[in-house]
Amino acid sequence: MSSLCRNSCLAALAVAALLGGCDRQERYSRGKPLGETVPVSGSPDTIFPGKSTPPPLDPRAAAYEGNAYAIAQGQQLFNWMNCSGCHSNGGGGMGPALMDGQWRYGGRIDQIAASISEGRPNGMPAWRSKLTADQIWQLAAYVRTLSGQERKDAVSARADTMSNTPPETQTVRQPIKQADSAQQ
Amino acid sequence: MSSGFQTALGGEALESSNFLTLFIVFLIVSAVMYLLIVAALMLGLWRGRSSDEPLTVEAGRHHATNPMFRPALIGWTALVLVGLVALTIGSFFTDRSNASVARNPQLTLKIVAHQWWWDVQYTTHEASNAVRTANEIHLPVGVPAEITLESDNVIHSLWIPNLAGKQDLIPGRVTDIQLLPRKVGTYRGQCAEFCGVQHAHMALDVTVQSKADFERWVAAQQRVAFAPTTPLQIAGYRYVTTHECSSCHSIAGTTANGQVAPDLTHFASRRSIAAGTMPMSTGNLYGWVADPQSQKPGNHMPTMGLSPTELHAVVAYLEVLK
Repeated sequence: MSSLCRNSCLAALAVAALLGGCDRQERYSRGKPLGETVPVSGSPDTIFPGKSTPPPLDPRAAAYEGNAYAIAQGQQLFNWMNCSGCHSNGGGGMGPALMDGQWRYGGRIDQIAASISEGRPNGMPAWRSKLTADQIWQLAAYVRTLSGQERKDAVSARADTMSNTPPETQTVRQPIKQADSAQQ
Repeated sequence: MSSGFQTALGGEALESSNFLTLFIVFLIVSAVMYLLIVAALMLGLWRGRSSDEPLTVEAGRHHATNPMFRPALIGWTALVLVGLVALTIGSFFTDRSNASVARNPQLTLKIVAHQWWWDVQYTTHEASNAVRTANEIHLPVGVPAEITLESDNVIHSLWIPNLAGKQDLIPGRVTDIQLLPRKVGTYRGQCAEFCGVQHAHMALDVTVQSKADFERWVAAQQRVAFAPTTPLQIAGYRYVTTHECSSCHSIAGTTANGQVAPDLTHFASRRSIAAGTMPMSTGNLYGWVADPQSQKPGNHMPTMGLSPTELHAVVAYLEVLK
């Protein structure tokens, strides 16, 4: 009798554990909170590449880092907004490569979001007011996956379009280095 | 037969009326056969077993059969054969008749399915005569039209029940469907293959009109967008062409040339907003522009958080786009 009880208790625990796995990551299709803004690192004359002490991580980053929905939306936007026109599929072309660990303006999600939002010298256009802040954060979350910075269970296992590159779940994580423009 | 906005029993085009005829033939043949079977069963139940001459081993008559059994079996088999052959022939000629539309299409258009809307392009030999719209098609009555179908993400299915059966739109492939509308009217099409969270809100307005009306519609669609006139409309025009809207939408005659969302050149002339999600009206337009994510959650138009002045201006400009 006691072994039966124990077995059924174990079975119930296993079922509970499995049901816990059904919990779906939250989707914030309207952005959260509504009407948020992207961090602005400073006035344009303070934007320069290279080493500097970055400010503490923006607390809103937590809603986008490792969030499968945000990363998938960013992946779609990366195609739609023709980011590959300059950055290729992360390998770089007219614009710098995004799949290595070299970041002129910082490789943290809030720093990438600021770069997308404000634009950067030598060609990167400012996307602020062309995309919503939510979309810019989503793009930043996706850009980080190109160099393997995000959790592998959150990144998309396949590209939105036909691709001859290995899936992003196999991307090796690149250590982030703050690079100055002379190195690239 | 009943006629309606969205019914498979409308028969307003060659294919659907052919299928309607075939359906009625099948219904009659099947009903007659069903009634015969039920009648035979009833007869058997009613007559029961003949008690005077039991066909038993004890009586030595277990080899005997009812003399009617053999001819009845032969007659029944013949009836089934004739019925099946007739239905097969009927199906064959229906199929041939439907396929005949494809022989000589006089109008070609392309529909690309997106999540969750339809991109419609009327293709002609001259690129300058091409028409691009979204979530609506106009067809001239009595003109065979061929629609090329593509998808840019997942499998969708085009279903305009009043005109024809379903045809899938498959990413990486080109499929097609032929329509020969025979009756002027407004019909509703719908995506018939589950394609994501807003599959139910992926509808299509189909207007079948006379040839003259169709030509007028095409001429109107070929014009560039109307220019804004009032200060409010001009403010809206400035916002739309310089802010988020133009990243995805295009408006012919302006600098808005995004290619990932519905073309807005003649947006206000359409019957519905957001692929049949709601009818076109000023109030619905306000609701949609202010917060598309509450109207159609998960769709790819973001909630932009416009200020009230911006919202008034954008809606005023969108209503210019007749």
